[in-house]
Amino acid sequence: MAKLLGSIMSSHVPAIGRAIEKGLQGEPYWKPLFDGYPPVHDWLASARPDTVVVVSNDHGLNFFLDKMPTFAVGAAPEYRTADEGWGIPTLPHFPGDLDLSWHLIESLVADEFDVVTCQEMSVDHGIALPMALLWPDQKWPVRMVPVIVNTVQAPLPSAARCWKLGESIGRAIESWDADRRVLVVGTGGLSHQLDGERAGFINKDFDLKFMDSLTADPRMATRYSNRDLVELTGTQGIELLMWLVARATMSGKVRERHRNYHIPISNTAAGLLLLENAG
Amino acid sequence: MARKDRPIPGTTIFDGDQARKGYALNRMCFSFNEAANREAFLQDEEAYCTRYGLNEAQREAIRKRDVLALLAAGGNIYYLAKFAGIFGLDVQDIGAQQTGMTKEAFKAMLVAAGR
Repeated sequence: MAKLLGSIMSSHVPAIGRAIEKGLQGEPYWKPLFDGYPPVHDWLASARPDTVVVVSNDHGLNFFLDKMPTFAVGAAPEYRTADEGWGIPTLPHFPGDLDLSWHLIESLVADEFDVVTCQEMSVDHGIALPMALLWPDQKWPVRMVPVIVNTVQAPLPSAARCWKLGESIGRAIESWDADRRVLVVGTGGLSHQLDGERAGFINKDFDLKFMDSLTADPRMATRYSNRDLVELTGTQGIELLMWLVARATMSGKVRERHRNYHIPISNTAAGLLLLENAG
Repeated sequence: MARKDRPIPGTTIFDGDQARKGYALNRMCFSFNEAANREAFLQDEEAYCTRYGLNEAQREAIRKRDVLALLAAGGNIYYLAKFAGIFGLDVQDIGAQQTGMTKEAFKAMLVAAGR
């Protein structure tokens, strides 16, 4: 059976792509972000995942409002990045894990999550940049299955529903009849708001409470409505839903191995959390 | 009408009503994922807006690069960001414009949020 190693949660700000392109990792503005990742690199070197399930949201690259799935699962042989309209650099293609894609789809639908399946899917900064932060040489040692959660157009799935999705993904991974080592990555957040007169909103207190909750009281955020999560974290801070999905894949003991939190990266409170599956 | 929650000051939830109102505008901005379309827009902005069927409020907001007006006209920030990108505007330029601050003041506000 496959082994679920743990979850890594990371922010996915587009400007990180520019910083990587220009080699700014050591600059004073960027160092507090990039310095968060080497302990994760060390953990990855010993945990040796060979497949990664990345839970993220699309930002208007792969999906448009003509067809907007609440939950979508990639089932493509490879996933390509694009310039997203700003001319940002593209990254090497990500190889897909078709066996896990279809096992996940079968399991989720049997579990009453009626997901959209995508044999073609572009991935944007929401997936590409966390991958480049985890594996800075961009020689991906893992195959990928993307899971996309709608955070573009309300109604969004509730935090409680996202928790259940994560549980279902976790059961699927642990029932996968393959000798594979699987990591789950949840990307987005933490607090930020790009749009409206409240643009620039950040809530450090709630972010830290949320990060603590993922080991101390992991369902804490599921007790909030999405309206209240937007008020507490911003219109894009709601991307913490992906952290919840990733956390919920682990049903047993969870050990926090590392965290980083820094304000600001661009308009965002940047968070990083490494949670190990301790059974 | 989409179900409405208690409003959050300075915040528009992109719901069904906004999605209906802004479809043409967002569809145009989605096209800016392609460099060739960005180029075509810059060649003739008015013709490009006509091709996508923007209404007058949307066209006026596009002409003025007015982010709050684009949001009011149904724009979604993820698609609007691609429009802003054509002019090299980043999310801090957009944030400064929407809050009526200078970019420096807006950035200082973000730094202060970390203390």
